[in-house]
Formats: sequence, C-alpha cells, structure tokens
Amino acid sequence: MVATSQATLAMHMSDGLVNAPTAVGFGLVAIVGLAIATQRARVDLDDRTAPMAGLVTAFVFAVQMINFPILPGASGHLLGGALVAILVGPWVGSLCIAIVLVVQAFLFADGGLTALGTNIVNMALVGVFAGHAVATAMRPLARRGRTGLLATAFVAALVNTVVAAAAFVLEYAIGGAGGASLATVAGLMIGLHLLIGIGEGLITAATVGAVAAARPDLVHLLRGRATPLEVRGAGEPA
Amino acid sequence: MNAPAGNRKAAGFFAGFLVIALLVAGGLSYFASSDPDGLDSVTLSGCDVVETDAGEQLEGACIAQNATDSAAAGSPLADYAIGGVEGTVGLAGVIGVIVTLAVAGGLFWFLRRRSAGD
Repeated sequence: MVATSQATLAMHMSDGLVNAPTAVGFGLVAIVGLAIATQRARVDLDDRTAPMAGLVTAFVFAVQMINFPILPGASGHLLGGALVAILVGPWVGSLCIAIVLVVQAFLFADGGLTALGTNIVNMALVGVFAGHAVATAMRPLARRGRTGLLATAFVAALVNTVVAAAAFVLEYAIGGAGGASLATVAGLMIGLHLLIGIGEGLITAATVGAVAAARPDLVHLLRGRATPLEVRGAGEPA
Repeated sequence: MNAPAGNRKAAGFFAGFLVIALLVAGGLSYFASSDPDGLDSVTLSGCDVVETDAGEQLEGACIAQNATDSAAAGSPLADYAIGGVEGTVGLAGVIGVIVTLAVAGGLFWFLRRRSAGD
C-alpha cells in the first residue's frame, strides 16, 4: 500500500506496525499493568509528592519533544523511564509515562491509538521497571554521594532505553507487520538505542542531580522503600 | 502538614520546575532535531522518502509502509503544530505541558493519601 509518511515529529509506534491480535494483546497487558500501578501508586502519593509527580509528568512531555542528533540522519529523544522511577517511584512513574503517551496519541497524533498498548508496555511499563531495577540495585552507591547518584541515574536510564527498544523487537517478533527481517530490526533497534541511551542517561543524570541538589526529599530513590505500614489516616487504628 | 515556610519553599521549587518544562516545550523545541528518531529510523530502513505532489511517499521495502494514519490525525494539534501551521511547535508544546500537568496532577492529587484534617 502507499503510505504517506507521518511527519518527522512522530516519535512513537504508529498504528499498523504490528498485527491486530498483537496490538490487542499488548493493549490488555497495558490495562492490567496500569491498573496494578494505580493501586500501588497510592502509597507513594501524598500532599508533597502528588504535585511533584504531576510536574515530573509535564517535564517528561516537554523533554520528549527535544530530539537530539545521534547519527547523521537519525535522532533520539528521552523516554523517561528511569527518570520517573528515580524521582517518583516505579508505580507512580508508570502512570506518568502512560499519561504522556495518552496525551501525545490523542492530542498530538504522536503514536497510533491502536498502538497505544504497545507504546505503554514498552515505555511506561518495561522501560520504567527496567530503570527502576537498575536504580534499586545501585541505590547503595546512589546514597553515598552526588557522583554515585549521577552514575546511578545515567546507567539506569541507558538500560531503560535499550530494554524498552528490546520490547519493540519482541512485539515485532510476535506479530510484526513485516517489511524488514527480525535480525535487522533487532540489530538496528538495539544499536541505535545504545546511542540514544547515552543521551537519555545524560538528561536523566542532569535532572535527578538538579532535583537532588534542591530538594533531596523529593527524590524517591533516596527516600528508600515506601512505607506501607504508615498510618493512612489519623482516625484509623495503627 | 508542612509549616507555612516549608510550603512556600515547596511552591517555589514546583514553580521553577514548571517554568523549566514550559521553556523546554515552548522554546527549546524549536531547536530539536527533525531527523527520524531511533524507532522511525528502523521502520524507515529500506525505504527512501520521496517528495511528491501528494506528500511524502515511501519507496522500497520497509516496516513504515504498514503504518496507517492515526485516528487522531485530524486533531488541531496533530504533529505538534497548531492547525498544521509551521512555526507553532512552541505554542503546541506549551499547551501540551499544561494539559499533561492538569491530567497528571489531577489524577495524582485524587489518588494521594489524605493527610489528617483533609
């Protein structure tokens, strides 16, 4: 078929890149994942962190607009998974990225509507939790000082970018519409996203570093585990 | 609850954060690379983008040939431009930041654990 290409500002998966069953299947995964995230996010949201999470979401939307060059003729942009996981935690963070993707898809026609499930799985679930896993593993280093925190943010972001790209490769392997061999897609996706991951790492480290310098109490990773046993309301028995 | 001084400090930090997001979306966006991103580079691999009277066409064999227009393609903000007008990416970005903040801030404020006295 003749495809009129979407403008170069499109940043996420368009409709039609995977077949309908695959799109529906990942749509269901996205719904279940976000439902769990909504439940688990509550414990990390209070009068201070809720506005922070709203602003982090708006910030990710803004920075995702900034495509930076990686190779002649190719660019990359922030995905934001590690950034949100470090600043507001993985459950709230998943919701942050999902909201960005929903606004982009419906308002800006960036990322297809039937592709929303795959885009949410790749960036809001897989990317966020890949970044969260690395950041959590490196937390002792992150707590030791500024250099450790910046290194943690950089590595977590680099990994989140590459793993999110790998999730697309998986979707293409399951139900790709065709047009390129799986080996080609895998090699190009991983290779390009290693480069993009360096940019993602630098942006994430700079942002986390700036927040930590001004308000270390608003960096979820430095606060440590959520405190699910905290009294939920003054009237409730502990 | 925070002391009023703590609230003012927090408000200042949050305001600064918002201003930075608005500056990035409203200003820095003009300097963004217009080359295809990583995913688009992969889906376009194997094709040449050819300018024709009917717009850009893809020649060759590539994943992007399977791409279909989004059902939201008619949105007045589609492709980060107001009504398709060139040079409006900054305003489109500012609108996007405000909408995103409203949706996310509203959801997270609704979901938050209520402190005593709320």
